[in-house]
Amino acid sequence: MSIGKPLPHDAAPLHVTGEARYTDDIPLPAGALHLAFGQSSCAHGEITAIDLAAVRAAEGVVAVFSAEDWPEMPDCSPSLGDEPLLATGEVHFVGQPVFLVVAESHLAARRAARLGRITYAERPALLTRDQALAANSRFEGGPVIWSRGDAASAIATAPHVVEADFEVGGQEHFYLEGQVAAALPQEGGDMVVYSSTQHPTEIQHKVAHALHLPMSAVRVEVRRMGGGFGGKESQGNHLAIACAMAARATGRPCKMRYDRDDDMVITGKRHDLRVRYRAGFDAQGKILGIEFQHLIRCGWSQDLSLPVADRAMLHADNAYFLGNVRIESHRLRTNTQSNTAYRGFGGPQGVVGIERVVDHIAHTLKLDPVTVRRRNFYAEMAEGGASAAQASGVLPESALAKVKAEGFAAKAEAPGTGHRYGAAHSPKAEVQTTHYGMPVQDFVLRGMLDELERTSDYQARRTEIARWNAGSPILKRGIALTPVKFGISFTLTWLNQAGALVHVYQDGSIRLNHGGTEMGQGLFLKVAQVAASVFGVDVGQVKITATDTAKVPNTSATAASSGSDMNGMATQAACITIRDRLAGFIADRHQADAATVRFEDGQIKVAGESYDFAQVVSWAYQARISLSSTGFYATPKISWDRVKGQGRPFLYFAYGAAVTEVVIDTLTGENRILRTDILHDTGASLNPAIDIGQVEGAYVQGAGWLTTEELVWDGKGRLMTHAPSTYKIPACSDRPPVFNVALWGRVNPEDTVGRSKAVGEPPFMLGISALMALSDAVAACGDGSVYPALDAPATAERVLWAVRRQQGHV
Amino acid sequence: MTGIAFLLNGTPVRLGEISPTRTLLDFLREDKRLTGTKEGCNEGDCGACTVIVTDQAGPRAMNACILFLPQLDGKSVRTVEGVAGPDGQLHPVQQALVDHHGSQCGFCTPGFVTSMAAAHTQGRQDHDVVLAGNLCRCTGYAPIVRAAKAAEAMAVPAWMTDPDLSFSQISPEGSGEAGSLTGAFRPTTSDALADWYAHNTDATLIAGATDVGLWVTKQLKDLPKVAFLNGISDLRQITAGADGTLRIGAGVTLTDLRAAMAGPHPHFAAMLTRFASEQVRNAATIGGNIANGSPIGDGPPALIAMDARLHLRKGNARREIALEDFFLDYHKQDRQPGEFVEAVTIPGAAPGLRCYKLSKRFDQDISAVLGAFNVTVQDGIITAARIAFGGMAGIPKRASAMESALVGQPFALAAFEAAKAAASQDFTPLTDMRASAAYRLEAAGNMAIRYFHDLSGVAADVLEVRA
Repeated sequence: MSIGKPLPHDAAPLHVTGEARYTDDIPLPAGALHLAFGQSSCAHGEITAIDLAAVRAAEGVVAVFSAEDWPEMPDCSPSLGDEPLLATGEVHFVGQPVFLVVAESHLAARRAARLGRITYAERPALLTRDQALAANSRFEGGPVIWSRGDAASAIATAPHVVEADFEVGGQEHFYLEGQVAAALPQEGGDMVVYSSTQHPTEIQHKVAHALHLPMSAVRVEVRRMGGGFGGKESQGNHLAIACAMAARATGRPCKMRYDRDDDMVITGKRHDLRVRYRAGFDAQGKILGIEFQHLIRCGWSQDLSLPVADRAMLHADNAYFLGNVRIESHRLRTNTQSNTAYRGFGGPQGVVGIERVVDHIAHTLKLDPVTVRRRNFYAEMAEGGASAAQASGVLPESALAKVKAEGFAAKAEAPGTGHRYGAAHSPKAEVQTTHYGMPVQDFVLRGMLDELERTSDYQARRTEIARWNAGSPILKRGIALTPVKFGISFTLTWLNQAGALVHVYQDGSIRLNHGGTEMGQGLFLKVAQVAASVFGVDVGQVKITATDTAKVPNTSATAASSGSDMNGMATQAACITIRDRLAGFIADRHQADAATVRFEDGQIKVAGESYDFAQVVSWAYQARISLSSTGFYATPKISWDRVKGQGRPFLYFAYGAAVTEVVIDTLTGENRILRTDILHDTGASLNPAIDIGQVEGAYVQGAGWLTTEELVWDGKGRLMTHAPSTYKIPACSDRPPVFNVALWGRVNPEDTVGRSKAVGEPPFMLGISALMALSDAVAACGDGSVYPALDAPATAERVLWAVRRQQGHV
Repeated sequence: MTGIAFLLNGTPVRLGEISPTRTLLDFLREDKRLTGTKEGCNEGDCGACTVIVTDQAGPRAMNACILFLPQLDGKSVRTVEGVAGPDGQLHPVQQALVDHHGSQCGFCTPGFVTSMAAAHTQGRQDHDVVLAGNLCRCTGYAPIVRAAKAAEAMAVPAWMTDPDLSFSQISPEGSGEAGSLTGAFRPTTSDALADWYAHNTDATLIAGATDVGLWVTKQLKDLPKVAFLNGISDLRQITAGADGTLRIGAGVTLTDLRAAMAGPHPHFAAMLTRFASEQVRNAATIGGNIANGSPIGDGPPALIAMDARLHLRKGNARREIALEDFFLDYHKQDRQPGEFVEAVTIPGAAPGLRCYKLSKRFDQDISAVLGAFNVTVQDGIITAARIAFGGMAGIPKRASAMESALVGQPFALAAFEAAKAAASQDFTPLTDMRASAAYRLEAAGNMAIRYFHDLSGVAADVLEVRA
């Protein structure tokens, strides 16, 4: 059984030797051309003249295109159709592509692209949320409002109220491999496209549309990405379409990759926002009523902003039951990059809002924030399955195998019959629903918090930190424990489908195709483990292949953490179809019941006989049994009305909790993470090593979002942090020096693949504990009368000003 | 002959007429189809293009994206494709990365492999320092460091010691024809440089190319006439004078400087550990750091606080000035056409020296403020003070008002509070993407307070705290 094994990433040997091939590494046929965009230097204006004579005359230039050259401008938008490939008369942000250079080399294209002379009649640019709000520049006409109960009345009659504004910055994806695509013209006008994309079907659709071809004439292939994080869900469209247009025009293969600075200037980022909150609560910290206003900066085009903003609203509760709640979401249109999907897809913005409120409440009442968190948690319902935690670190395989063994033993029991963790806290209660009407039936955070509090020694350390701080005038430490509850499924219900195509060849080797894409998250390995488990063979017998729209059609983006849930199930279905054929065939030969045939250890066992898998396959081939099958999966149980904000948008929730300890310097605001302890819920993990890797990486990325990763624009709308020299993602020494990650081994009560849970996005929000720990350290600089009110990212500068406020200086 | 020669994964490469500013990265990927070396940022900040460059100084990690081909003349280059053994067996760091789940998307991985393999060959265990210049967005680094630790105990594979690296196949000075490529002069002595540069005052001098490299890769500048200084061995010396002073040749790399300073100036050495990254320090020189006149270069404020003297040369004319007088205005230095930095002289000891680097990220970041304090206390009285800052003005600049507030005062917090208050007389800093003017001023003043606590033995550095 290869499911549950902590196998290394299938491509790891290729990664470490440099053999792993990325889009820019694919050898192109002779005569390939290279592309670059000429970009707008104006944030908002009308193009009054374009002089491209010097561009056309530049060395190595083969062709140059602008809006004047094409009767119809291809669209790059994944949603509204509001993103022309090249500006048509108007520009909407600094960096917008205005013309396209096709040249003999990448460098020649880049050099020529700087020679264009574009004249603008400038218009007022809306750069900030406040400017957009004042100008009523927005998507969807007005704010989206969801509510339950009567928040205003509840707040009015509450014993205590907190109210504040809170800034949360955006985030650059900084995938190490920048955006890149290549297009190869085929006979009859067909096009083959290589793209570093999380969404091959979208690339296929947009390229076909641009070329006026049926989708069947365009094939898109992606073997792997050098990181995606949501930044390659829609942002690769421009490059693929540009390559396809240029390839058609020239008849030659065309490749485009953004230089890093261009990538950061052109592509969208995580949505920054301001959260305005007002919460009424009782003396115990129980929230009685709460109002949120999200002011979300979407940028110039719609892209995926609506579902992103929706998800921020969906996660405004995080782990807390909010009986009286009103959420108002403004999707503001500005003259900046079009913000896009980024790990968590708005969820982190919603979660950080309520965690900030809870922190503020705890500070007001002088309570441990963990106490306030517990008092507001959803009720724990019918928990099922044994819990088991597995420490990370050296990952001894035997110990992990033990965890898995326990996990799968528990799987045999019906949900609710296992060990009841934390039952003392949670007498069986009525099913509580979220503010959007979804029952929370699988809430496990009470037990997880108990466990994490114990393993991290939270209470004793909190006491020790207070003692240490009393004797340390310059340096102050802080600690925080924050939970996460994250909904798993695409909120656009129809996206919750996946397909697979599995071939078994006559020598017993297996070739696996599915619609998911590999961006480093280990999806291909997990799905191969599922396939190997169905056939009872070693995972090495399953050939992992590039994602190809010609193999599996109509796929959804590999996004929303859904990759292994959906493609794993589709693949399992395809494999079971073939397995059942083999079982029927071999059972028939032995006049046995097909249900008794077993597939394990590379053998097929029937009626007391045991045959090599390949032997039976060979016989089946000669018996003219089909050894190929598709598989399909549609996520069950979900329905969602996004206009009303009501329904069950998610199949289930994934949970996690983290304790972070930090130290700050009160003279400069410099700060370090000292230790992090995480307990994260991945159900019965398909691969605990991959999952722990996802948790560690997501935490560091989440902490980076809220600490050092600061995006800065100047007054002209120019992004000033457009390269790693100025935009600072965490470096090696920024990881917690003590970093304990464990998996909560409780199986998923929903019928997911192997009873596992999705893991891509949920642990990203564990990084919020770093922000709250900084808030705790800042609070230690004062007398308790002033809430730290730390905005994000909490750079050294913001920490210092917060300290100064504590000291009464600002 | 006008070409260059180097070993590439053990095989000699001889190049004839080439563009002197063609980067190693483009050459590897486009000409040699060695695509394991990745382009992540093309400015030396992500490490995805890290290769191992070996010369007489040993193997060192460098960023291929800002290495010009002529810099490699006479050296050996090992890319990720050359790290595994001749029959394909994985290097210990490669195997450890596989075993410890150190790769996810894998795009940064070749750069980590080469950085780790170089460090492994040197027996290093300071992994955070070694890897500060390699960015990974997927793993959170923990499994990579686990892998680095696991590989520590493994022997250096025979193939990594480069039996062919006697340079027998290529002469110690490369092609042996250290003359010019078209538009590129490659002197082997400072005398030759002095003579040539005095007659070619419009040329660009390139030492490590960690700054000039970006003129080419980002600004797409043409450099029609250049001189490569890395073949000049007499500029790479550090010599002690009879008076105990240390004369540091302009061609000394930041790596070698850091090592040399560990004894006499440990706090300077500690700051240099946060100077850029391993790959950049291995290429960059102290002469380049001074001569490029950056207002935020971390070396000059520390050197000014030590009362460093600068040695300049034009032709056969030499002059010596105080380093602080070299910086005239924003990107304007007291350097004549055809004149170059030959060396900098510093005292052999400066026990009061402390260097405080403030940046958005701890490692591999450009300073928002770099404060260097060098105060002398005798019998409880501050008798001398030299304080200099980077990032606070258009040039690295002394804080004379802060110094005045200290000299003659008792060594007590009050004096340093007064020095803090004086910071605004010394500086009117700018607001940019790294920090606001107000923050710079506040933090610079507070560094005086930190300095007092630091000398008094009170913990004042977050890096000293452990959970």
